[in-house]
Amino acid sequence: MTRSSSRRLGYDGIVLAAPVTVPYQRFSKETAHWWIARALRETLTTAGIAPRELDGFSVSSFTLFPDTAVGLTQHLGLTPRWLDHIPMGGASGVAAVRRAARAVQAGDADVVACVSGDTNHVDSFRRMLSSFSRFAQDASYPYGSGGPNACFALLTDHYMNAYGAMREDFGRICVAQRDNALKNPHAIMKSPLTLEQYMGARMISDPIALFDCVMPVSGAEAFLVMREEDARATGIPYAHIRSTIERHNAFPEDAIQMRGGWVMDIDELYAMAGAQPDDIDLLQTYDDYPVISMMQIEDLGFCKKGEGPEFVRAHDLTIAGDFPHNVSGGQLSAGQAGAAGGFIGLVEAIRQVTGTAGPTQVKDARTAMVSGFGMINFDRGVCSGAAIISGDAA
Amino acid sequence: MTTPIVPPPKKDPQKRTRVPTRPSELRSRAALGLAAAAAEGRFMLQVCTECGAVQYPPRDACAACLSVDLPWKDVSPNGRMIAETAVRTSTNVYFRERTPWRIGTVRLDAGPSVMCHVHGDVERGGAVRIINRLDKSGQGVFFALPSEGTPAMEDDPQLREMTCDPKFRRVLITDGRNENAVALAKAFSDAQASIIFVGEAESWRAYPHRDTLAAIPNVEILPLDVTDTQSVTELAGEIGGKTDILVNNARFVRPGGIMDRGDTVFARDEMEVNFLGLMRLAQAFGPAMRGRGADGQNSAAAWVNLLSVYAYSNMPAFGAFSASNAAAHSLSQCLRAEMRAGGVRVMNVYTGPTDDAWHQPLPPPKVAPTALARAIIAGLEDGLEDVFVGDVAKDLIEKWRAGAKVLEREMTEAAGD
Repeated sequence: MTRSSSRRLGYDGIVLAAPVTVPYQRFSKETAHWWIARALRETLTTAGIAPRELDGFSVSSFTLFPDTAVGLTQHLGLTPRWLDHIPMGGASGVAAVRRAARAVQAGDADVVACVSGDTNHVDSFRRMLSSFSRFAQDASYPYGSGGPNACFALLTDHYMNAYGAMREDFGRICVAQRDNALKNPHAIMKSPLTLEQYMGARMISDPIALFDCVMPVSGAEAFLVMREEDARATGIPYAHIRSTIERHNAFPEDAIQMRGGWVMDIDELYAMAGAQPDDIDLLQTYDDYPVISMMQIEDLGFCKKGEGPEFVRAHDLTIAGDFPHNVSGGQLSAGQAGAAGGFIGLVEAIRQVTGTAGPTQVKDARTAMVSGFGMINFDRGVCSGAAIISGDAA
Repeated sequence: MTTPIVPPPKKDPQKRTRVPTRPSELRSRAALGLAAAAAEGRFMLQVCTECGAVQYPPRDACAACLSVDLPWKDVSPNGRMIAETAVRTSTNVYFRERTPWRIGTVRLDAGPSVMCHVHGDVERGGAVRIINRLDKSGQGVFFALPSEGTPAMEDDPQLREMTCDPKFRRVLITDGRNENAVALAKAFSDAQASIIFVGEAESWRAYPHRDTLAAIPNVEILPLDVTDTQSVTELAGEIGGKTDILVNNARFVRPGGIMDRGDTVFARDEMEVNFLGLMRLAQAFGPAMRGRGADGQNSAAAWVNLLSVYAYSNMPAFGAFSASNAAAHSLSQCLRAEMRAGGVRVMNVYTGPTDDAWHQPLPPPKVAPTALARAIIAGLEDGLEDVFVGDVAKDLIEKWRAGAKVLEREMTEAAGD
């Protein structure tokens, strides 16, 4: 079958506003509902919207069971005319933007509150792993039950062999993010990390060591998608959506993951935004493990495949560096609050391009690229997405 | 290089026996196909009938053409390990007790990549042969071996978790009077079992091969009558805590079906030995074995039932005997379910007519005791659940799987002639 091709519509007039991070906690006795409520309340308060007035609501969470976004409407007293539940983990932030922006653009909703949040009880991570997905349950968890650590250890081992990456190269990513996190008062990790400490840490699943792993925490993130005129009328800062991409189960023929779905769509991402890699002031990758951040640096066009190790050797990834990356510390140093891990980079990027990031602010940051990566369904991350957003001065 | 295991030291009775734990046994229904294949030691994957695409992980629709016709087929087990790791922290208690645990990603020549357990002798990036084995939860899992054999490779600690190797284990063969007892004891002795207890009913009654049996290294003959609850309980009290492999070879067999027997006397004996004997043994020995499923190098490992393949489909010439074996076959499934908590394998070894006095008038092929013994040892070394010995048994199970009703008609045809 041949299809007609169409140019994608831009997101003119649709903006992102009211970024909210509810400070993370290592363990919480509260529920996902509680964390989501706090984030929702703060983002709505910022824009002066009463919960009953909100007409669009998008939720991402792993720990709401047995509820979904549906249960939350009644629980939280919302009466939306547009409702979404996004099960894409680390890709949920970009996916939420894409869906919500189109809804607002088409008039199906005036404002969509995009919220992600999860709680972390003692033992809840273990229980989630054993039944994360059918393929994981059948074909990866029975093999040592190392969870994502083991899956990413395999990808990292393969990447290191294929491209000559050294543990130090991944260490550079982790150490720079810790440096950034020290400026973020809400980061879970509060002590400095040296490359020596990184290299000397105990092995978790070779070659993955302690500081390659994120800390599961409780937390929530949120932002609003709305019309530019409404944001302006409210007087709140906002960011423009210049382009987005999304892809699932890319390259199933690859024997092991060496690239993500970004590779299929990256040209379109830049073309739609009318931008080049040089125009990006900061990059927020999905960083559950540093090997994935390195793959994103390659797949998002900042260097060629296999040049990631050389790239991180040649660049300074800190807030004040020549390639600011995961400037709030990312999940590696700020913590992974379940599905909120798919929002952390995006929410910080909205703050950055609107000049409201405070202590983690990158000087003159106008344009940010945010990428998402989610769901180790079996042996690899299935969902990928990316967005370029800009503040008003761009 | 695998370090060969050494005979374990005597157990310190003051130390706590390690409680059996198990890998996760949650599986989708499709994935149970792995367990079914592993029960017979076969490496199988789903293959699409319409487009031929080989599938993994197990699924309900072809990832190439969406056909839902995905039968399990034997495929090439060869491949190359393209990534590996040693899991040092695990959320599962079983693995946590056994770290570091080596796993890897293997690209199969057949197409898909699989995650698998990895033998210590597999080289980085090396060629491997994948086997499908039952783990301690009784689920089928993939295990990568070096493509060429290596010295003492069966002693790899991860591999030994998936097998019931008799090496340095203590075995009970329940019936020394059975004509197969010498061959069985000899095979276990050759397989380096550390003690071979052999049960003997009615010790006052002589039988021809007793001296030969007693002369086999490490054989110890003890009184045991599986039709006598007290006898079974007494022996379990004596050796139940050190029985690692139990081979239930007690068998009462007489020709005949229903109308050519005038009464139920033989049928009662057949049930008494073949069915209730299994039940008595399982009640007396089962709990201790289940509790010792993780008790070191010589943990309790396997329960072996020697059954007639006519348990699957009645052979009218031995009709009542077939029925008693059908009962035992069914009970063995119950035993398997109950033993699973301890990670103790229940292996059924099915034969057609055996080469002994009671099958004397039957034409060949018949299963010789040595062939039976070889199959038992091989089955334990591969950690199997179902073993079909000899051409008759293999032929019958194939026909049973193709259509049990057609087989029934075929089996009962000869009786009507």
